[in-house]
Amino acid sequence: MRLKKKEYPPRPEAPAQRASKGDAIRRERWLRSAWKPAGTAAALLAATLLATPAGAVDPSEMLDDPALEKRAQEIGRELRCLVCQNESIEDSNAELAGDLRVLVRDRLKDGDSDREVVDYVVSRYGDYVLLTPPFKAETLLLWAGPGALLLIGLTGLALFYRRGAGEADGPPPLNDRERARLARLLEDPDS
Amino acid sequence: MQRWIYLVPLIVVLVLGGLFWSQLGKDPHRIDSVLINQAVPPFDLPPIEGRQRGFSSADLLGQVSLVNVFGSWCIACRAEHGFLVRIKANREVPIFGIDWREKDRTAGPAWLARHGDPYTLVGDDPDSKAAIAFGVTGAPESFIVDRQGIIRYKHIGPLTPEVWTETIKPLIEKLKQS
Repeated sequence: MRLKKKEYPPRPEAPAQRASKGDAIRRERWLRSAWKPAGTAAALLAATLLATPAGAVDPSEMLDDPALEKRAQEIGRELRCLVCQNESIEDSNAELAGDLRVLVRDRLKDGDSDREVVDYVVSRYGDYVLLTPPFKAETLLLWAGPGALLLIGLTGLALFYRRGAGEADGPPPLNDRERARLARLLEDPDS
Repeated sequence: MQRWIYLVPLIVVLVLGGLFWSQLGKDPHRIDSVLINQAVPPFDLPPIEGRQRGFSSADLLGQVSLVNVFGSWCIACRAEHGFLVRIKANREVPIFGIDWREKDRTAGPAWLARHGDPYTLVGDDPDSKAAIAFGVTGAPESFIVDRQGIIRYKHIGPLTPEVWTETIKPLIEKLKQS
């Protein structure tokens, strides 16, 4: 038997979508109509223009106070979902993410500052839970690395071109003996 | 011009390559716990359906114990369960259970009735209060807690006889003596 290493709580099943007969007939008629391509284009355009990023937040989780809810969402967007890992808890529909969203809101309601809420979650899960890694000794390479690489590259480039510029000056000028030999060669190539 | 300068890009590539290579094959879900050598977070869970006593952080003081996060929905927990029952039978260490995120209140007790109950106390954690406090990311996870209520070890995934004899049992023996 192959063991799964670890599991996550199951997601609630979405309620089955059932279309009524009337809906089906109406859709059928619409599909047959000559307006179909135009309608589709308009619908796509509208969907593109009107689309807002949909969070996974359940309306029942939301706080009544809009200012507090906004803070909760801002915090949630910075916290990593531990199950899906590259999603924020605000975007993830994993159950643990939902519980973390509720926890963030409960703490805000109890009067915690944004900093205190984030610090609590970090104290449980470590810096890993932050989608923006903090700047400290262990993350120095992470933050300074790209800049350092760029600097190395630019230095290399500068060195390369400086050398190239030196070469463009051409070889050193001829001395007297060489000039005399050149003159002789030009006059009589066989000598 | 110094020749060594041409080696710099090669060295950078090799160092980065080595770094990436060393991280290959690592399970990204194994996140090192920040709670090792920290006190157990305060929690107080209600009992599961049909039980009198719940499970709180105070129950962990005074003896070395194993805290196990499980759920009846979790197949890996089922796989691990027989081993926990055996630990209980051998009286090696008291096991405390956190019944995590059951869909309904009878699921956990029914599961324990069917597969055996190795737990000294079980707490019901439907909304991840204790699970989050323990920094749990999935089930099963197990923690070794010493007499003073300090978390000493965390195991992610099902407990196996190998991990037990090689790592956990020696640690428990050491903690019992201290």
